[in-house]
Amino acid sequence: MALKAEYGDDGRFLAGGQSLVPTLNFRLTQPAVLIDINPLTVCAGVQHPQSGGLRVGALTRYRELERDPATAQDLPLMYEALPHIAHPQIRNRGTIGGNLAHADPASEMPAIILALAGKLRARSRRGERWIAACDFFVGALTTALEHDEMLTEVELPPAPPHSGTSFMEVARRRGDFALVGVACTVQLDEAERCVAARIALCNAADTPILAEDAGASLAGEQISSSKIDQAADLIRRAIDPGGNVHASKEFQRHLAGVLTRRALATASERARRGL
Amino acid sequence: MATRSFGAPIPRNEDARLLSGQALFVDDVELPGMLHAAFLRSNVAHARIVSIDASAARSRSGVIAVYTAQDLGEYWSPGPLLVPPPPIQGITFNQRTQVPLAKDKVRHVGEPLAVVIAESRYLAEDALGDIVVDLEQLAVVTDLEKALEDSSARVHDDVRSNVAARVRQQRGNYAAARVRADKIIARRFSYDHGASSPIETRGIVANWDARANQLTVWDTTQAPVFLRNGLAGMLGLSERQVRVIAPFVGGGFGPKIMLFYPEEVVLPWAAQNLNRPVKWIEDRLEHFFATTHERGQTHDAEIVLSRDGKILGIKDVFLHDTGAYNPYGLTVPINSQCTLLGPYVVPNYDSTFTAVFTNKPIVTPYRGAGRQHGVFVIERLLDIAARELGIDPVEIRRRNLIPADAFPYNNEIIYQDFTQLSYDSGNYEPILDKAVELVGYREFVSNEQPRARAEGRHVGIGIACYVEGTGIGPYEGAKVQVQANGKVSVATGIGTQGQGHFTVFAQIAADQIGVDVRNVDVVTGDTDQFYWGAGTFASRGAVVAGNAVNEAAKTVRQKMLRLAAEHFECAEEDLEIGNGEISVVGVPGTSVRIGELALKANPMRGAVRPGTEPGLESTQYFGPPSGATASGVHAMIVEVDPQTFMLRVLKYVVVHDCGTIINPLILAGQIHGGVAQGIGNAFYEQLVFDEQGQLINASLADYLLPSALEVPRMEIAHTVTASPLNPLGIKGAGEAGAIPVGPLFAQAIENALGLAERGVELNEIPLSPNRLFALTAKLR
Amino acid sequence: MASDTHQIAVTVNGTQYQRSVESRLLLSDFLRHDLLLAGTHVGCEHGVCGACTIIFDGTPVRSCLMLAVQGDGHAITTVEGLATDRDHLHPLQQSMRDCHGLQCGYCTPGILMTMKVFLDECPQPTEAQVREALSGNLCRCTGYQHIVDAVMLAAQRTRS
Repeated sequence: MALKAEYGDDGRFLAGGQSLVPTLNFRLTQPAVLIDINPLTVCAGVQHPQSGGLRVGALTRYRELERDPATAQDLPLMYEALPHIAHPQIRNRGTIGGNLAHADPASEMPAIILALAGKLRARSRRGERWIAACDFFVGALTTALEHDEMLTEVELPPAPPHSGTSFMEVARRRGDFALVGVACTVQLDEAERCVAARIALCNAADTPILAEDAGASLAGEQISSSKIDQAADLIRRAIDPGGNVHASKEFQRHLAGVLTRRALATASERARRGL
Repeated sequence: MATRSFGAPIPRNEDARLLSGQALFVDDVELPGMLHAAFLRSNVAHARIVSIDASAARSRSGVIAVYTAQDLGEYWSPGPLLVPPPPIQGITFNQRTQVPLAKDKVRHVGEPLAVVIAESRYLAEDALGDIVVDLEQLAVVTDLEKALEDSSARVHDDVRSNVAARVRQQRGNYAAARVRADKIIARRFSYDHGASSPIETRGIVANWDARANQLTVWDTTQAPVFLRNGLAGMLGLSERQVRVIAPFVGGGFGPKIMLFYPEEVVLPWAAQNLNRPVKWIEDRLEHFFATTHERGQTHDAEIVLSRDGKILGIKDVFLHDTGAYNPYGLTVPINSQCTLLGPYVVPNYDSTFTAVFTNKPIVTPYRGAGRQHGVFVIERLLDIAARELGIDPVEIRRRNLIPADAFPYNNEIIYQDFTQLSYDSGNYEPILDKAVELVGYREFVSNEQPRARAEGRHVGIGIACYVEGTGIGPYEGAKVQVQANGKVSVATGIGTQGQGHFTVFAQIAADQIGVDVRNVDVVTGDTDQFYWGAGTFASRGAVVAGNAVNEAAKTVRQKMLRLAAEHFECAEEDLEIGNGEISVVGVPGTSVRIGELALKANPMRGAVRPGTEPGLESTQYFGPPSGATASGVHAMIVEVDPQTFMLRVLKYVVVHDCGTIINPLILAGQIHGGVAQGIGNAFYEQLVFDEQGQLINASLADYLLPSALEVPRMEIAHTVTASPLNPLGIKGAGEAGAIPVGPLFAQAIENALGLAERGVELNEIPLSPNRLFALTAKLR
Repeated sequence: MASDTHQIAVTVNGTQYQRSVESRLLLSDFLRHDLLLAGTHVGCEHGVCGACTIIFDGTPVRSCLMLAVQGDGHAITTVEGLATDRDHLHPLQQSMRDCHGLQCGYCTPGILMTMKVFLDECPQPTEAQVREALSGNLCRCTGYQHIVDAVMLAAQRTRS
């Protein structure tokens, strides 16, 4: 913390290095100092506090999450996304904290944390604070972390009863950044009416976005296919993706609609099966 | 008697070293006092050089030297024209070749401006940032049609309208055929090929030994002999003073046979100048600009047919992007022009192309070498014709195939080897039949596809035919020697980039000389061991060098028999060879090991008869009169998601005829690799340049090479029509897999999504989900 | 900006090496040019091609995305440490040879290290699982089919 305070933006944390080191190799970033935080094993691992939910240390490597049988059970949305994140060798080193702090708009994990209404803990020499996921991602490759802060933990609330999740993305090859990705959670009541739905998208904007209107449109009623179409339509009209070499903005918009439809159908089916 | 190894799926001799990390690649060369080079490259596509100030770079600690074009003095000159234009009537050809370091002008992003030589590559790259370059940017030429306008900016100041070449070839009388036709189909096609992207980029180590007066260069080249000859000439050395070694090379695919790349010309000069070895290893980012690749052509093509689908003629006018310089002449567009004819009877043909200079990197052959473009045009035209005439796509192809009794079949126009395009042998209908059977074409169309459609799944099928002129001259050579320890050594001038030359040449020699293939040691790519030969390109290694090895091994065999006959005082017909020894038939106990014979043939003392050659050694050369024509058919079934346009290959079949097969395992590997590159070309890879000539996807994260999840399992079958042009009957196979994949994807996707009948044709490559979304806009 | 140096002690293929390295020296360059273990190859330096894959504390990682200093106190295995001894190839190496799973051989060391750990963790893989495990290693020569065959064969041979 002292080092980070001293060097500010001239010092970068080295965690997994899977996003940072390529930029060093390309000479796109040339920090004066790298602060290797890999030895901080206290910041790694998944805890199950008594209050419920999960606390995932920022230095937890994807590999650990993939291999922990609890992940599939407690974090099915994350578990479903993991095989889409880069490749096995990258996941052996890459950390969830590193990914979130890097805040690539095309990255899956920020959208997942947003869909799960996570909170992120930031520490510095000055103290610590919690930042809600919806406040954390400020712009492309920009987070709310101050220049002397380090992300140490992600807190995820317990999954509500009768809920189902689904993560889907379209990528050119497995492991590539998503052209668009959708992460959604759906909570039903005993009558199969939607209590709440959260739909987050990656690569639909400069940051992951939460489609609040679309989510709200589903609440209170059974999730029929026409309600799903309506939600997908709201999303398609609301987003303003940037387009890139692999997908025009029109195609991203179109895919957002397609994936929303499919993910909502899958998530609600899973929620129903859990009833 | 030893088992024949020719034709057997023998595991490779070279693998143990490669598998245990003991094989030498260029970047593994470590020499005492070695320095490292980094090149400063232009970050704009077209500019006049106002000034380059390297003073700050020169004074950085650890930097030994910084050179610009000025520093090269008289050594600086444009490279030679590697491949002159073929002898075709009425050609326009404007030769403009690349330079070692840019002087006056830069003409593409990545063109080298200066080189830093330092104690480490890290330091050299630090120093690049110290060099101050003042460039006056000029209008950038990227679009082919705009480049040809009179008012366009000029890539070369004295070449108006950026015309690098214009070539017309004709056969018969197209205009007359058009008048007779029942059906005329005209379309515009565009085909973009990409970057070869071997996993090993280029690299050079140059070592000038002033005391031995010898230059040694390790280079990832596919043409070590001509590199050596050229460097010797440039540096004012005799050829024997220069040794070029192409050690293990991590994939070539064509661009590594481009010669006198700027870095290849600069490094040896720098090494001599500094009297220290210098190494340059291309990094992946550089590879996108500094190594050649293939790019695009646009074809305005027309086919005229009779109502039963017989081709009466084809006319094609196309533009070819040659990049900023054209050292490789016209090989790529000539191949497009010739290979368009395919395995079909095309009695009348009128093809014109214009090669256009652009402010982009140089285009030279990459696996397929322009054949893809031509094959795409003909196969798509036939598909369109089939639909409009109501003929099955397989049937229309069958009706036009050159019949089996028509060989050698002369297409009359001039091919890349400067001779008339003549197909030496072939039997195309059985290949088509076999592919149809293996992919289950009939069953798919009548049953599987309708069933899938009823389930809401969009599956489609494609089939594409091609021929490939391979095994062209000029020649290759080989030296074969039986050594005193009974092992056989083979040396040849071509290099090897993974094709298994260490094994296939060993198989050829082993069978002639009667030894185990593991006792044959092959050296390729070292000009001190063998210094004649053109290199690996155009699927010619096995054919041309293989036959040279065969001739040399056969001569050694004859010498062995003659010597053994003298030794046993019997007739040569009474001898048999095998297991490393020669024995008299039917007389047990009379055998001599071939190593002993070799010793006998090289006495330390005594007199020999006049005209005797020592040892059991022979050097022979082979040069075919023309290329041998391989052929094949690919068929594929795909499933396409109609909403996301993501694609999955369900089945992929290749039926291939490359004449006599030397090693079926190695051949299968070549075909798999070629198809994988074809799949990359068809659906994943594209070099995306913007209007300023900037490559916007210059990294492996965005230039998409297919992985094990994108390349399907393939089924391969062979037919064999031996080539009459060489004693082994072999044809080349290196490029075949890559050639017909583009039209296959276009056809299968159209079929899966029912596009053509709804008015959407796929007449471009590459395709992608994004592109399919755009092309099908009118259907939504 | 001048780079500082660190003293490191790293174990590679069972041998401990003590070296002084610059902060910014990549692990791939350290292995190849400082330790002269040139079997690990460099293909891209942006973590995509996988040719540089080594085993770091038992898991396959891209050595081009690690710094040499990060090796201090850790154990690395490279392709040179794969065979049990000079005369015996590892079953994976042997089956790669038998199935013609390599052509130019440049991507091969990265594939061997990745697949070795994969087979240790998944001794009876399906073809789909093998391809998925292989998806982080690019090969430009083979089209992957013979590599997949080799991995399946190695799995089969190890079981029996």
